[in-house]
Amino acid sequence: MRMTGGDAILRALEAEGVEVMFGIPGGAIMPTYDAIARGTTVRHVLARHEQGAGHMAQGYARASGNVGVAIATSGPGATNLVTPIADAWMDSTPLVCITGQVRSTLIGTDAFQECDITGITMPIVKHSWLVQDARDIPSVLRAAFHVARTGRCGPVLVDVPRDLQEAVVDVTFPAEVDLPGWRPPTKVHPLQIREAGRAVASARKPILYVGGGTLNGDACGELLELAEAGSLPVVTTLMGKGAFPEDHELHFGWPGMHGPKWSNLAINSCDVLVAIGARFDDRVTGKLAAFAPGATVVHLDVDAAEISKLRDADIPVVGALATAVGELAREVARHREEGSPAPDAWLAQIREWREEFPLRYDTGGEWLKPQTVVETLQRLTADDDVIVTTGVGQHQMWAMQYVTTVRPRNFITSGGLGTMGYGIPAAIGAKAARPEATVVCVDGDGCFQMTAQELATAAVEELPIVVVLVNNGYLGMVTQWQDMFYEGRRSHVDLTGGVPDYAKLAEAYGGVGLVVTSEAELEPALEEALRLGKTVVVDCRVDPAEQCFPMIPSGAAALDMIEYTSSESERSVA
Amino acid sequence: MKHTLSVIVQDRPGALTRITTMFARRGFNIESLAVGPTERAGVSCITLRVDCAQHSLEQIEKQIHKLVDVLRVTELAAGEAVERELMLVKVAVPPERRAELVTTAEALGGRLLDVGTDAVVLELVATPEEIDSFHELCRPYGVTDLVRTGRVGVPRAAARRRTPRRLAAIN
Repeated sequence: MRMTGGDAILRALEAEGVEVMFGIPGGAIMPTYDAIARGTTVRHVLARHEQGAGHMAQGYARASGNVGVAIATSGPGATNLVTPIADAWMDSTPLVCITGQVRSTLIGTDAFQECDITGITMPIVKHSWLVQDARDIPSVLRAAFHVARTGRCGPVLVDVPRDLQEAVVDVTFPAEVDLPGWRPPTKVHPLQIREAGRAVASARKPILYVGGGTLNGDACGELLELAEAGSLPVVTTLMGKGAFPEDHELHFGWPGMHGPKWSNLAINSCDVLVAIGARFDDRVTGKLAAFAPGATVVHLDVDAAEISKLRDADIPVVGALATAVGELAREVARHREEGSPAPDAWLAQIREWREEFPLRYDTGGEWLKPQTVVETLQRLTADDDVIVTTGVGQHQMWAMQYVTTVRPRNFITSGGLGTMGYGIPAAIGAKAARPEATVVCVDGDGCFQMTAQELATAAVEELPIVVVLVNNGYLGMVTQWQDMFYEGRRSHVDLTGGVPDYAKLAEAYGGVGLVVTSEAELEPALEEALRLGKTVVVDCRVDPAEQCFPMIPSGAAALDMIEYTSSESERSVA
Repeated sequence: MKHTLSVIVQDRPGALTRITTMFARRGFNIESLAVGPTERAGVSCITLRVDCAQHSLEQIEKQIHKLVDVLRVTELAAGEAVERELMLVKVAVPPERRAELVTTAEALGGRLLDVGTDAVVLELVATPEEIDSFHELCRPYGVTDLVRTGRVGVPRAAARRRTPRRLAAIN
């Protein structure tokens, strides 16, 4: 077929089944935007900043399970995508970024808006292509989508010089991918499964430590089978939240820095730790040598490089998780049928810990508590298909603790990179993926101001989201660390809480703004926000002294956990 | 512990950069590096010498294996491979001592490549260890320039066609 390179990009996206892409036009990508204007089945959502476009594509990918697509121009357009690419790399989000590049004749001359984006992003992509011939566009995009979504998911980048987008060439759209060097594991070794099954079924104190790979690998159904077949307790990491229904009797919280004490006690005391699509991140393990000491580690992952990267695996299982977890479930079920007993005493022990060390916070003071905000939101949305996104910081940890996620892909957050400002654009992307779902961004006031301009996108593109702003007037988590580890010296963390006026800002962006200053106002405001079907910012003025507990200080062992300290006593210290 | 890795890559723009970037990012050190074509058109071999513990080596192998341009990564284990390196050395040896130096060099398989009024250029193709010792031998004569290619290697002739050594974790 004869067409321009720009048209070839669009036809390739259509052939991949892309429904939505997120981007901003600019000089070097204009021929492709012209192709969009001439007609395509792909919906284009115009972001207000390329970082927003990238995070929207991530939110889209995480909510739908499909590859997210972001498109931008060269130079600053491309560099603005670097943060989303790094975020997608850390959290293994399938993402295809298409960037315009200066004309191929100008590459290397420091031309206007030229930058070496393939070079800049090399350490944070699975692969990248600088297209050298317009006829290669279909095969490159075919390969790009294939690499992004197979094996361990992640970001790829395709950089297309402007003259190649303009060139009229004969193109063919290949059905097959020609990548002899890309061979993600396809099979799971039966011997490893058998060995893993034996270890898991005979464990007296097993734990399933479930990470985001379980969601990426679409292995949630198999995980449920495994847990139920063996009566195995499950903890889910921040990225794994939602991979296992949190209202299930076998779900026992979240491990790590701000996980509840019972979850960390369980991991600390287990005899067989089954890591499923999890990578022993330092925010989960704390001091690595003291993490699940003495436990036999069974590690299931699609990425062989994660096995024994940080914690030596006793029984490694490499393979697609849906297959691996499914086969392990059958193996464990067989052992149970043959009489290996369920770990009932162990489950009772963890339940006892949960009774003894519940999550708690003080109520009844003059201030609205941030935990109350999230708990109330949870209560009001418990029966609905609600996707919660977050920024990064205290509010994110409270969302982890107090939102009960019962369906996969309903909790979307920036885990590995910890990107403040992720929440709002990710929520917009999630809404584009699943318009029938209610999408709520639980955000902090610091995060909000990093990507607030995307409220315009939400309003104009009719992708309504509800932003529940946990506004304490501070860069809260930094403040907490300064108070706890820097003798209370507050250094540049005061955001004032009053500037900007968040409700007015919401109105200015074409949304609705509501202000909540007390517990009494909270429920009616949230109910209204959820009912309106518009983009709403609920500015919840919460206790600026409230800190996030429990907490395992960075690098400390799980048992050195600091438990809840009331903000009243903290305030007198500060 | 030192290890030699043989990495077979598709000859694409950036293939070498992707490997060296991975080393830099993950904090691994490359001791020597040699790149060149192979018996297959469009396929290159990168020979890497790294100094690291066994645990790190496995991690390096697995990370390299994930790169899209990489077709195969194998360790050339000591004793199972033939390894060679080329050194060119310019020695500012006075005319009266040249014969002595050249004889020593030739005894070790070296060759006299070029002769000037103030210096000679010698070539030696040998194992890296032999090259180290030859360098030591030349030093007293006054070495002014020295370059080495970095080692390359192939499995021994007696070795059967190897399937890539299975990584510990890939089943």
